[in-house]
Amino acid sequence: MKFTEDHEWLVLDGDVVTVGITDHAAEQLGDVVFVELPEVGDEFAESAEIATIESVKAASEINAPVTGEIVAINAAIVENPALVNQDPLGEAWFFKMKIEDTSALDAFMSEDEYKAFIA
Amino acid sequence: MSHDGDESPKRTPLHALHEGLGARMVPFAGWEMPVQYPTGILKEHAAAREGAALFDVSHMGQVTLRAREGGVEAAALALESLTPAALAKLAPGRQRYCLLTNEAGGILDDLMVANRGDHLHLVVNAANADADFAHLAEQLSGACELERLDRALIALQGPEAARIVTACGADVSAMKFMDVAEIEVAGRPAVASRSGYTGEDGFEISLVPADAPGVAEALLAAGATPAGLGARDSLRLEAGLPLHGSDIDETTSPVEAALTFAVAKARRPDGARPGGFPGAERILDELEMGPKRLRVGLKPEGRAPFRAHVPLFESEAAAEPAGEVTSGAFGATAGGPVAMGYLPPAFAAPGREVWGEVRGKRLSATVQPLPFVPHRHHR
Repeated sequence: MKFTEDHEWLVLDGDVVTVGITDHAAEQLGDVVFVELPEVGDEFAESAEIATIESVKAASEINAPVTGEIVAINAAIVENPALVNQDPLGEAWFFKMKIEDTSALDAFMSEDEYKAFIA
Repeated sequence: MSHDGDESPKRTPLHALHEGLGARMVPFAGWEMPVQYPTGILKEHAAAREGAALFDVSHMGQVTLRAREGGVEAAALALESLTPAALAKLAPGRQRYCLLTNEAGGILDDLMVANRGDHLHLVVNAANADADFAHLAEQLSGACELERLDRALIALQGPEAARIVTACGADVSAMKFMDVAEIEVAGRPAVASRSGYTGEDGFEISLVPADAPGVAEALLAAGATPAGLGARDSLRLEAGLPLHGSDIDETTSPVEAALTFAVAKARRPDGARPGGFPGAERILDELEMGPKRLRVGLKPEGRAPFRAHVPLFESEAAAEPAGEVTSGAFGATAGGPVAMGYLPPAFAAPGREVWGEVRGKRLSATVQPLPFVPHRHHR
């Protein structure tokens, strides 16, 4: 599992990366009440706005960690946004992206590096 | 080193208690206040609807007003020169919601005024406390003696509030909504009003600062859930209650703000003491002719909250906005997003569909009568 400075986690399987937000991010956001996801087939460049999360406090954007095409979205968190607080690293994944350059993930943090980053 | 305009936020007498409870503290109106506890805003909100929530509202300003000559009625008549409320007949032990207006007919602040027998007790918004006190002193110090009190204020809100204060030794059995009385709670003397900012039954308890932590701890031990500014905001929104600085301000009139109940019959043209408050010309004119815009409740159709400053359109294709959202949140009890905003009267009727533009998309919403969640005051 890799981590971004925007508090996303990424898991690579072949050329598909699954993306979610970290437990630290979920805790900081507070109760999540709304999630808006992209559609399957949408293509995003690195850093483009890709999804929106609204907590009881505020709206935040999720940016594409790498360039790629959406191949799956997690409808469960749209139906039940509270899942993002309950299981951010598991059931509450956001989307899966097919990427061309898997080496782009090398730049992101390991779990230990991320723990140091948020400490 | 200190710099002008760079003062660190003030702390309430309950600061250590908040930290001990694991609150997330944020700056608010010059104070360091809890926005939420580890419980989370949704559960804190639910506590006020189903049990009892304890809010530290010690940041609010408390002021007493005493007439230099004559009794409390003289002080009330003096204060009537700054507000369209009728205060002269406010009975001892009763409290009223008031608006301080300016010459342009806008709202300087909204406040509670209680008749404490020989003086008036005012509770004003934290963000406006300094300005209000200066305004009151400038306008009323000829006729009245003003004192800004150093007091804590604890709000206990919810259907279990009366049981909990009673368990802490207070006798509130005779108190109804908007009554004010001296009580003893957890062995400390206090002035309590049966009122609040959630639409629920509850109390606001004014205490000397040193007594506040002990009283708060006793109320928590008796079953109250600590709740922060986050829940306070979603609760008051569902209750249809405006927040000064967001939903009402120096430019919105009481009529535009749908607060005509705060323009007393006695202060209207055919009343006993017509006019005689700042902005009377505009306010009384709007009462008769109707305002240009009106504060309304809005229920977004989807799950996306409409936040403050979302522009509102009369149709999905309209080029120019007709109004704007002034506050919005997720209403945990309403079960979806709720918002307030201003619309021209032509689009302000309940049931009317309007569109808000959220992140570049036009989303449908329906004008709703306020409150979103019925009030359950103890009348």
